[in-house]
Amino acid sequence: MLSNPPSSLSFLEGSLLIVFQGKLTLLRDTKTDGSFLVHHFLSFYLKAGCKVCFVALLQSFSHYNIIAQKLGVSLTAAKERGQLVFLEGLKSCFDVFFGEEQHVGQTNPLQFVSKDGSNLKTMYEFVRTSLMASGSDSWKCPVLLVDDLSVLLSLGVRPVDVLDFIHYCRVAVCSQLKGNIVVLVHSNDDSEDEENELVVNSLCHQSNLILWAEGLATGFCKDVHGQVKLAKAFSLLPMLP
Amino acid sequence: MAALATGGATPSDGATSFQRKVPASSRLAAIAGTRPSVRHGQLLLSSGLPSLDCVLGGGLAVGTLLLIEEDKYGIYSNLLFKYFLAEGIVCGHNLFVASAKEDPADILKELPAPLFDDVHKNQVDEKETAIKSKQESQESMKIAWRYQNLPKMEVSPAASARFGHYYDVSKTVSPELLKSIKWHRFFLPEEMSLHPEIKTCNMTCGYTRLLQSIQRIIYQEGFDGSYPQKKQKNILRIGIQSLGSVLWGDDICCTDNPEDIFSLTKFLYVLRGLLRMSLSACIITVPAHLIQNKAIMERVTNLSDTVVGLESFIGSERETNPLYKDYQGLIHVHQIPRLNSLICDVSGTKDLAFRLKRKQFTIETRAGSSQCDTFI
Repeated sequence: MLSNPPSSLSFLEGSLLIVFQGKLTLLRDTKTDGSFLVHHFLSFYLKAGCKVCFVALLQSFSHYNIIAQKLGVSLTAAKERGQLVFLEGLKSCFDVFFGEEQHVGQTNPLQFVSKDGSNLKTMYEFVRTSLMASGSDSWKCPVLLVDDLSVLLSLGVRPVDVLDFIHYCRVAVCSQLKGNIVVLVHSNDDSEDEENELVVNSLCHQSNLILWAEGLATGFCKDVHGQVKLAKAFSLLPMLP
Repeated sequence: MAALATGGATPSDGATSFQRKVPASSRLAAIAGTRPSVRHGQLLLSSGLPSLDCVLGGGLAVGTLLLIEEDKYGIYSNLLFKYFLAEGIVCGHNLFVASAKEDPADILKELPAPLFDDVHKNQVDEKETAIKSKQESQESMKIAWRYQNLPKMEVSPAASARFGHYYDVSKTVSPELLKSIKWHRFFLPEEMSLHPEIKTCNMTCGYTRLLQSIQRIIYQEGFDGSYPQKKQKNILRIGIQSLGSVLWGDDICCTDNPEDIFSLTKFLYVLRGLLRMSLSACIITVPAHLIQNKAIMERVTNLSDTVVGLESFIGSERETNPLYKDYQGLIHVHQIPRLNSLICDVSGTKDLAFRLKRKQFTIETRAGSSQCDTFI
């Protein structure tokens, strides 16, 4: 029976975790790549001893693993001890597209790619079963991490189905399991992708915390990659001693 | 991602037999035409243009996709496409050429001929060049006389040791050089006539067949590691011409409200999965200026790794503008991937123009902008 790794967070970070539960955090990037925030949250929650379900739609497992190792966490070890459930979207889509019908079955989370409908039900079931607390687990609050949601729109999912999926996940993860959800989306001020803007605006409205990574308004600079804006942050003051 | 660790690279010119001692288990045979990135060990390929390699931070990473947004008449994007394939021939990689308008055999015949300088000879005709280089080496080895009589290190044919080569666009590649590599073809009119209609995943028929063809080649030739006993690994360079155009059966280029706007993006997503799990790299040219629905291009950009847009001055008022008189067009680097690291290797400037000469395609910052770097 593997024991939990010692929590390597500071006292402040630890107390933040107790306070910040059942929340939806939206990571948003404009004119820059916001995936560094995803890597940060992944290693943060793993170090804190939370059970994490990572829906990684855009990159391979080894990419996240190599960066996580630089940040001090081993994803392979986390997977082995059951702390991390990793959905590699690229691999699942490959199985759906090139696999035999009967082998794929109905349980592949990305099986909506092959059907006409844009039903994310199987993906939601996957998230729910992976974060459901089993008897022998002693992890802290469950966390769902999604990188990134805009890819689903490219795969033929309608915006309303994406929002439904997030809503169902919030019910299951945030209110029932008292966990957190962190979602990355891309957006642009002058974007012509209306469906994406619809999803992003709706999520901005629903989320408890928005972290917005932007490229500098004055243009490209080698040393400073951009700025991060914090919006809708909850108030910590009544909680701290 | 196949992030290979190449331990103890053997010296490129083969003059000494000294090699760094590393444990045998961690030693992987270096693949011809690749080098590890300085920053994060990612294996890099040359795109065929040394100046473009500089702009992209050293080269194109194995397992990634290079998307070229075509210029208005497709002249320079076609040239970049050919440089990429020609580099594969010189390095001895395998090629996969897919097109809907030109027969892949004709595309290969028109590839530019590589330029070899005196020191690095390409050993197509091994006997002839072995004699010549031995004569040269006898002169150059006067200092290291004790190594003169040692047997020469063997270099496999058509595997040049340099990273990135120059090409002469006025000449075409020699047929002998073409015969020395293995290549695969996908010509859409041919494929459509061979098999009856099939439709998988609601994707345009042409895209489905292309994906199945690529996957079959990757699996059969072992690029995805399915034959671990095969000692010598190689890279598969995939080139797809004018993806998204009408000839592929997709209507995103000819109407404002296409019937199926997801075919191209689904194709790119499945292709991304294929590339990530194999030792391959892909170049795709897309007629972006024809796609009316700009949302599609935004999604396509998000699903690609490196995106470069070309803008030629032909037929525009910039052709006669004295500011641009030395250049043929502009290069816009829309996206560079961040692989296995939190930051990417991006050059300091974004104001780039290109200039094509017979033997060189240079990318420079525009004369008159504050910095002047030339990427030769």
